[in-house]
Amino acid sequence: MSHAATTAESGQTAPANGGGEPLMEIRDLVKHFPLTRGIILQRKVGAVQAVDGISFDVLRGETLGLVGESGCGKSTTARLLLRLMEPTSGSIRFEGQEIATATGQRLKTLRQDMQMIFQDPYSSLNPRKTVGTIIGEPFAIQGLHAAEGERRKTVRELMDLVGLNPEHYNRYPHEFSGGQRQRIGVARALALKPKIIVADEPVSALDVSIQAQILNLLRELQREFGLTLVFIAHDLSVVRHMCDRVAVMYLGRIVELATSEQLYAHPRMPYTGALMSAVPVADPRLAAQRKRQTLSGDVPSPTNPPPACRFHTRCWKAQEVCSVDDPPLEVKEGGNVAACHFPLTDDEVAERVPTFRAQQRRQA
Amino acid sequence: MALLEITDLKVHFDTDDGVVKAVDGISYSVDRGQTLGIVGESGSGKSVSSLTVMGLSRARNARISGSIKFEGRELLTAADDDLRRIRGDDIAMIFQDPLSSLHPFYKVGAQIVEAVRTHRDVSKSQARDRAIEMLGLVGIPEPRKRADAYPHEFSGGMRQRAMIAMALANDPKLLIADEPTTALDVTVQAQILELIERLQSEFDTAVVVITHDLGVVAEVADEIAVMYAGRIVEHAPTDTMFAAPEHPYTWGLLSSIPRLDAPRDEELVPIAGRPPSLIQLPGGCSFHPRCPYVKPAHMETDPLLEPLGDDPRHRVACLLARDTRRKLWRELREGTVPSEARADVMHDEAPAQAEEASA
Repeated sequence: MSHAATTAESGQTAPANGGGEPLMEIRDLVKHFPLTRGIILQRKVGAVQAVDGISFDVLRGETLGLVGESGCGKSTTARLLLRLMEPTSGSIRFEGQEIATATGQRLKTLRQDMQMIFQDPYSSLNPRKTVGTIIGEPFAIQGLHAAEGERRKTVRELMDLVGLNPEHYNRYPHEFSGGQRQRIGVARALALKPKIIVADEPVSALDVSIQAQILNLLRELQREFGLTLVFIAHDLSVVRHMCDRVAVMYLGRIVELATSEQLYAHPRMPYTGALMSAVPVADPRLAAQRKRQTLSGDVPSPTNPPPACRFHTRCWKAQEVCSVDDPPLEVKEGGNVAACHFPLTDDEVAERVPTFRAQQRRQA
Repeated sequence: MALLEITDLKVHFDTDDGVVKAVDGISYSVDRGQTLGIVGESGSGKSVSSLTVMGLSRARNARISGSIKFEGRELLTAADDDLRRIRGDDIAMIFQDPLSSLHPFYKVGAQIVEAVRTHRDVSKSQARDRAIEMLGLVGIPEPRKRADAYPHEFSGGMRQRAMIAMALANDPKLLIADEPTTALDVTVQAQILELIERLQSEFDTAVVVITHDLGVVAEVADEIAVMYAGRIVEHAPTDTMFAAPEHPYTWGLLSSIPRLDAPRDEELVPIAGRPPSLIQLPGGCSFHPRCPYVKPAHMETDPLLEPLGDDPRHRVACLLARDTRRKLWRELREGTVPSEARADVMHDEAPAQAEEASA
């Protein structure tokens, strides 16, 4: 990929940035998992194209949401951003430095600035370690706060910060409820004062009332420390609540990127429209008014994605050109960046998307 | 006569740690063609209550009392054989996890054939035709071919649809769906909900949907029962439940979820604490340790689920006075934090009890 083309790419994503300063710049990121056959002589017979050429920026201090159906590549993207995986190709810049190829000591230093909160608060904590050790582990790895007393003090402060009782320092994970365990995960992620935290479905394993506690905690911490968050969730109302901008992924590609308000009220790509139309609304009046746009069939296999626009096999607006020409990701009406030959009109959106009505009602 | 009528159902389990009161005296009824949504968090007893309807909680350590009447027949005292005849025929169930509810070694079609032949005296080929018809009906492409596939060859959404096909193969009068869409993507969830609604209107089936997702019940249910710690704390028609809920726990649930029609900077108001242990329920109102409006009397008196004076279809178990509740809910919607509103509640304590006594 030439430098000129890279600039063109960034030119495309810039409008949805709203002029913020990028903390991370991702360009043409690709991750293919090879499929092999044979035991000793492994022949490559294909590849799961989990992430297939995505470009976007993560702005300093924002919360960027990643949404899409399971298998669309959002979790792979999260892991690539933190370099928990090696990208097949493409570039990831963190504060201007290329990190896609970083290894060894450099990667370790980098990890101080990037942390992750995992989905399952049960399997992401070592059951044989005390909470104090778990939260202090990042210090041990990075060789910080080496003195036992000092580390203990810092960990207790962290526990207090996320709403855990510091006296529970010596308890084990099984002694905590799901919500408290997720707080332990948050404390561990905050320990090194990272610049960016990637949260992959941080609340989907929790009950509704506990979910709100964790979401509020994340928002508070973000305000307090000016954290940048990349937030992945399948619950679209949670994503709207948390995120400033949202990227919609489908079969390893970003198909639309816009501010939260804009994306939920005026989606342009028919796939986003279908997602927004499918959101269950906890309001019987809004639910009754909309005409639900259901997609037929399942997501095609990422080993053999459809040609050109990958959504054309399930798209109700698709025409011949959609299976021949790959639509570029470009700015559409209203400032959304979307990859589509036939973006949704306002009338089509009004009919299908309950969040459009909600916004109208709010403005009225 | 209601199709399903449950009266004062209790399901207690004797364990080494004590008696687990999973369901502790619930009553509701469902009519033909009607959808009841049961909402609650994990451990509220919502799944156990429906498993009991199916006769699936007859463990040796279970103590069940009360009454479950289906078309006027008592199910709790029915013999296992009788129950087996009803189960899968008149009453069918869709489970949350379609992968563990389908047998991995048998072809999907064969499993539906078995469900049909258990209850109908039909030939194998007739049952197979029925299986293929049902698979087609729930939107599985090429049903004739797919009937010969194994569950692992299906995607999550297709498995759930196959489960629905199996559940509906014998035209049940009552369908119990326990978290039918929890494991699914929103787009597939919309497909499944639409499918259940369509089949319901075609066959006039009664549906009980059990879920933690208020969005799902808002879409499909006619009536909603909110469960907390083994009891129903509020029961109302869906519109009323969302427009004028009366129980502080229901308020908590509603203010914990981000609303799609609210501005984005809206603050969520979580419920403090966590659900109580079902072995040692708090005395008085079991929600009192988490209730922001608790008064000393609430720790003593156990509220009953009672209909409101002006709306007998709306029942609520709360010791606060009606006027206080209305005022609190209005303030909560306008953005008052529960801790601020609490002061008001403490003032009018005396009239509160007086009114409850007269009600």
